[in-house]
Amino acid sequence: MAVIDTTRDPRALTLAITSQLFAPPERVWQLWADPRQLERWWGPPGFPATFIEHDFVPGGAARYFMTSPEGEKNPAWMRFRRIEPHTSIEMDEGFGEVPDEAPPGFPAGMRMTARLEDSYGGTRMTITTTFSSVETMERVLAMGQQEGLALALSQADAILAAG
Amino acid sequence: MVVELLERDEVDRLFAALADATRRDILTRVLHEEASVSALAARYAMSFAAVQKHVAVLERAALVTKERRGREQLVRGAVDTVRAANRLLAQYEEIWRGRIERIDALLADDS
Repeated sequence: MAVIDTTRDPRALTLAITSQLFAPPERVWQLWADPRQLERWWGPPGFPATFIEHDFVPGGAARYFMTSPEGEKNPAWMRFRRIEPHTSIEMDEGFGEVPDEAPPGFPAGMRMTARLEDSYGGTRMTITTTFSSVETMERVLAMGQQEGLALALSQADAILAAG
Repeated sequence: MVVELLERDEVDRLFAALADATRRDILTRVLHEEASVSALAARYAMSFAAVQKHVAVLERAALVTKERRGREQLVRGAVDTVRAANRLLAQYEEIWRGRIERIDALLADDS
C-alpha cells in the first residue's frame, strides 16, 4: 500500500498523509515541477486538470481549471511560497481565476506543504494541508463529491467494457 | 443523488464501526474522558495492535479523533463541530488517496 500513515487534526483543520513511492525524490519532483505530469494525477478520472500557468519558482503562481464531465470549468490557483528542489514545496491554494484572491462567495483557501525524503531507495512523501476554515473544506469537498461520482462512473464504464 | 450515495457510505461506516461491542465500549470511555491507546489496550484482553485497529475503525467513521502527545496517542470522542470537521477531513483524505494511487500508477509506467 502506498499510503503508510494519515493524521487528522480536526481542531487545527489539518490533514497529513504520508506515502512511500517507488521512485527516487528526483523523479517524484518532476510530478510537481512539470505541469504536463501534474495534470496526469492532480484531477481524478473524469475531472482532468488543465494548467494554463505554472511558474514553479518561489513566489510564482499556477493557474488551472478542472473540467467536469458536463464541461463545466472550475478555476483554481496555487501560489508557491517556498521551493527547495527535490525536498519540499510550500504553497497556498484557492479557487477562482486570480491567484491570492477569493471571488465573492468563495471561502479563502488552504496551505499545503509537500515534503520528499529519500527512503529505502524510493521516496517518502508527506503532504500536509491546513484549511483556513470549515467552509473551505466544504467547498473543496463539494468538488470532491463530484469527483466521487466521476470515479464511480469511470469504473462502471470499465466494468461494462470488460463485460 | 451523489450526496445521498456518499451519505449512505458514511452511514455504512458508522454502523460498521458501532457493530462491535469492544468499539462501543472504547467510544463510551473516550466520550467520557480522553485516553491513550496503551491505556485502552490495558483494559481489554487483546493485543495493543488489535485495540489500535478498533480505534482506527472508529476514527475512519469520524467517531473519535487521535492526537499525538509525546510518545502517546490520545483518543477522544468527537463531538459537534470537531466531529463535523473530522468528517470533512476524512473525505479530503480520500481525495489524496486517489492522487497517490494515480502517482503510483504513473511511476509504475516509467519502468
